[in-house]
Amino acid sequence: MSAATNKPIIELEDLVVQIGNRVILKKLNGSLSGRSIGLLGPNGAGKSTLLNTLLGFHRPASGTARIFGFDIRTHAKQVRSLLGYMPENDSFIANMSGIRFVRLMAELAGLPREEATERAHEAFFYVGLGEVRYRNIGTYSLGMKQMTKLAQALVHGPRLLLLDEPTNGLDPPARRRMLRLIQEIRDRGEVHILISSHLLRDVEECCDEVLILKDGNIAASCNLEEERRSNRHFLELETKGAGDDFVYRLQELGCQAAWAGNSRVKLVLPKRVGVREIYQVASECGVQIRRLNHKRDSLEDIFLKAMEAVIPAPPEKAEVTHGRI
Amino acid sequence: MAVYKRTYHRYEGRLTPEWSRFLVLTRYSWEEMNRIRFLNMFLLGTMIWPLVCAVTIYLRYNLSALELIGINASDLIAIDSKFFLTYLGVQCMFAFFLNSFIGPGLVSPDLANNALPLYLSRPFSRTEYVLGRMSIILILLSLMTWIPGLLLFLLQGYLEGWAWFTGNLRLAFALLAGSLIWIALLGLMSLAVSAWVKWKPIAGGLLFGIFFVAAGFGEAINAVLRTKWGHLINVSHLVGTVWLSLFEEPMRRGSGAVFFRVFPGEEIPVWMCWLALFGMCLFCLWLLGKKIRGVEIVR
Repeated sequence: MSAATNKPIIELEDLVVQIGNRVILKKLNGSLSGRSIGLLGPNGAGKSTLLNTLLGFHRPASGTARIFGFDIRTHAKQVRSLLGYMPENDSFIANMSGIRFVRLMAELAGLPREEATERAHEAFFYVGLGEVRYRNIGTYSLGMKQMTKLAQALVHGPRLLLLDEPTNGLDPPARRRMLRLIQEIRDRGEVHILISSHLLRDVEECCDEVLILKDGNIAASCNLEEERRSNRHFLELETKGAGDDFVYRLQELGCQAAWAGNSRVKLVLPKRVGVREIYQVASECGVQIRRLNHKRDSLEDIFLKAMEAVIPAPPEKAEVTHGRI
Repeated sequence: MAVYKRTYHRYEGRLTPEWSRFLVLTRYSWEEMNRIRFLNMFLLGTMIWPLVCAVTIYLRYNLSALELIGINASDLIAIDSKFFLTYLGVQCMFAFFLNSFIGPGLVSPDLANNALPLYLSRPFSRTEYVLGRMSIILILLSLMTWIPGLLLFLLQGYLEGWAWFTGNLRLAFALLAGSLIWIALLGLMSLAVSAWVKWKPIAGGLLFGIFFVAAGFGEAINAVLRTKWGHLINVSHLVGTVWLSLFEEPMRRGSGAVFFRVFPGEEIPVWMCWLALFGMCLFCLWLLGKKIRGVEIVR
């Protein structure tokens, strides 16, 4: 759960998805309301299954999910009319020019013929493929195909864009272009984005909220935006000679301090306390500060921690883990 | 503003009615097929037989024309249920060939290119997808079968008079129902084959196999077991029997038309033929349901 004031985009309610005899998603609970949400997890964690369930390709065995308040079990068509989906694998229609393909997708979403044509042209120019839009999709490079998939996901003006591994197989310049586009779409504020990826950097660059899955459970959920904001007050000290009295003195200053008995001390500073006061306390306690780092947990740290141990989903909706030291 | 200068914005305009969206697929398929010259030529070629039938009907009622070409009116075939049954048999045979050409290419490219998640991630259901794909078969085969058939019926009714028209309305119904049974069966079979066999030539071959090899196999069963129930897997025999009952055509030596002939002593109950055809359609739908999915489930 991110900003409590925001309306939830996706709500998961005891969501269980079973394929054959295997339970893929195990009673997921949570509420996501970020502008751009990252879905992370190792292979087989259930990311694609979750996306496919939201799209209505898998029927939940029990529980449900809601998108913009519409239940995916009972309002599948309404839900899908709000979504734009960019699949992970190559997906296109053979022997069709790019523009015709995107126009077809727009018409299937309900746009009248003329509007669909106009929007297809716009979408192609928007993703930077305006010059090649009349070429057969079969002749496109991998990067062009990815962009075409993004164009078809955008063409009907969805409220939520589901991007499954959007940078898959792209070379560095193409990857940068794709990420820039996603950031631009996010910053325009007209559409929410859910990105499923195993590339932490992509998610870190594009998302303000992250849901981490492991073995079909929610391993962690955090608001990256709040994490970034709190970085300014976060300190990690590498010390020599730190002890209980040093930590106690820091707490007296108003800092939240965590010390595991080794040389590292993690602190969250109140606004009125600066680094100078920390050095002063260290000096008074005879502690050497050898390194001082302002950076809080990166997404990689959060991800690795989540992978070490699955946090079982509480009976209530899952709380985010941000704010931990 | 020039189209290339525009940026992303949400669509707020009007939407088409949900019920009509499956026709988008039909229109695109139609446009694709219009580009194939052979298909257009074939479709035109299938109009020759209805034209011959129309000329035959016309000549029967135009004595001066008959005198001119030196034909006696009694030499021309009678315009009765046998006439329309023969017409239907020929046209449905052409329909089968056309369907074998277009049917296998309707679903298999979408499966081969993993396009189904794109269709089904929109407010567009699996049923609408199948309906959209099948409509093109329905339209093309209708243009070849019952539409010209009913026009022939109207022409005959116009020339013969109101009494004939009202007295033979069952023929119009038989033309319509007989064609639709055949079209539905062909459409569902070709879509099911297309969904399971991704290679178009193999899918086309398999369709021929279902009709001809199964018929041969049915005959073999009949010969070996000295029975007639082998015809239950002979689609043309089943359809031929149903047509005979629809046209109320008496059983003669080799009744019916072209490869829909039914021979005396080999008839199976009509209700069983209906049941078998219905079962085949259901089986095809089940096969389609297994394949037409947003994601392929590997258990």
